[in-house]
Amino acid sequence: MSEVIIQNPKISVRDLNFYYDGHQALKSNDLDIAENRVTAIIGPSGCGKSTHIRTYNRIFEMYKGQKATGEIIMDGENLLDPSIDLIDLRLRIGMIFQRPTPFPMSIYNNVAYGLRLKAKTSKNELDDKIEESLIKAALWNEVKDKLHESGTHLSGGQQQRLCIARAIAVEPEVLLMDEPASAIDPVGTAKIEELIEKLKELYTIVVVTHNMQQAARISDYTAFFFEGDVIEFGITSDMFSRPKKQQTEDYITGRFG
Amino acid sequence: MRPRSITQRKTLNGVVTLIAGSAAVFGLCMLVWILYTVVSRGIGAINWDFFTQLPKPPGMSGGGVANAILGTVMITAAATIIGVPIGMMAGIYLSEFGQESKFANTVRFVANIMMGAPSIVIGVFAYTIIVLRFGFSGYAGAIALAIIMLPIVTRTTEDILKLVPNTLRESALALGAPEHKMIFEVVFRAAKSGLVTGVMLAVARVSGETAPLLFTAVNSKFWNWLMVGETGNLTVTINDYAKSAFNDQNTMAWGASLLITAGVLFLNITARLISRDRKAKR
Repeated sequence: MSEVIIQNPKISVRDLNFYYDGHQALKSNDLDIAENRVTAIIGPSGCGKSTHIRTYNRIFEMYKGQKATGEIIMDGENLLDPSIDLIDLRLRIGMIFQRPTPFPMSIYNNVAYGLRLKAKTSKNELDDKIEESLIKAALWNEVKDKLHESGTHLSGGQQQRLCIARAIAVEPEVLLMDEPASAIDPVGTAKIEELIEKLKELYTIVVVTHNMQQAARISDYTAFFFEGDVIEFGITSDMFSRPKKQQTEDYITGRFG
Repeated sequence: MRPRSITQRKTLNGVVTLIAGSAAVFGLCMLVWILYTVVSRGIGAINWDFFTQLPKPPGMSGGGVANAILGTVMITAAATIIGVPIGMMAGIYLSEFGQESKFANTVRFVANIMMGAPSIVIGVFAYTIIVLRFGFSGYAGAIALAIIMLPIVTRTTEDILKLVPNTLRESALALGAPEHKMIFEVVFRAAKSGLVTGVMLAVARVSGETAPLLFTAVNSKFWNWLMVGETGNLTVTINDYAKSAFNDQNTMAWGASLLITAGVLFLNITARLISRDRKAKR
């Protein structure tokens, strides 16, 4: 891997392998995710970056024929252990997807959804939590007068921030973002990048992106993936100015991918 | 092969278009003819008494088919109450759990075959299983109709749920939702109008069925609020009155035909409006 050592990582990935119906998509990944920092995962299409983060909350288990082996250690527990409670795990690790996925319900109920799953909450508490989450997600001012209108009528960028509000309402420890701005226009993208900067004070964030400028702008650490391997990992500024591996340099200078 | 000339190709194209076009016009004409006949012959029977009175004895004029209207509504409603929940659960199983498993594929195959089963066969089945033990009743008819609805509801539910993008399922699960909440609170909501359309089309399909009722609910000239014993209904009334030697009863049959046609048409059109509305919203 690299010489960068993460002290007390929030998540330590060791020897993570992933298989789609027998095809190996991740090959013995080792990676440390620093707490309250943004870690970017970059690499060409099909290199396994989304697959990698989809193992952290085990969302891949929804599909038959997908299998992960190895260790993903968070707070001393291996998240891949079958005894881990998936519902609890997903309350601790939130996820934002490439395309915004507001539920077909009101803005209010979208944000309330996770909260209601987590615990029985009084109406007042719910109202406060929803306001707080929408403020954190930088969406409050745009929606405060239409909380009971459908979340699916918002613009793409607003929908994505609604999804972020929904994810952070349950106060996860880690936020996984799978190309969160790739389906959003430039203004929306700028807002989401700004938001990620702010959110890292509260959460540990892992962002998958195919946009290298974006990785350089928002992340503290970067991991470069290629064909299912973690090729290089390091402090983002170092990696973009002095990549150590030839493949990394080729990729970030645009020679392939 | 000898290449065809442009003129030859154009002529052939014209001929095929003409044949296909006339076939379409022919089909449309038949439909309009049927509708015209039903309306022109049936409209005379439609009056206040038609909806409120019991049938008069043969040979007497006047009266109505109020009991048959009630029977048809109750039998169809009972069939819906039995058939829709089971069909929907089966559809959920196929779309969300069974997917491509061997068992799911078998269920799907059987459902497809059942959709093509002649309705009279299902009537005979209900007769053998229910009527021979418990006698004639509206419930036996309702069960026969529910069996016809079952595969339709199952397959439409599956198809509609499969249209819901997986990313929506993933985001519900990623928030910590258990699978059943993901399905009923998020996926179902996204598929709501499609599911309503599917149910309405299934109701429309069975509300005009006669064969399954012929030897289950049979028919009756009296009120039967409990659906125990022979239960009046519109389709078997049409069957009985159409064959009658009395002119008044023939007219009643046309009136009942008009009513049931209007009802089925209404259900179909409403269902299509709902699904069109859904497409427009996308």
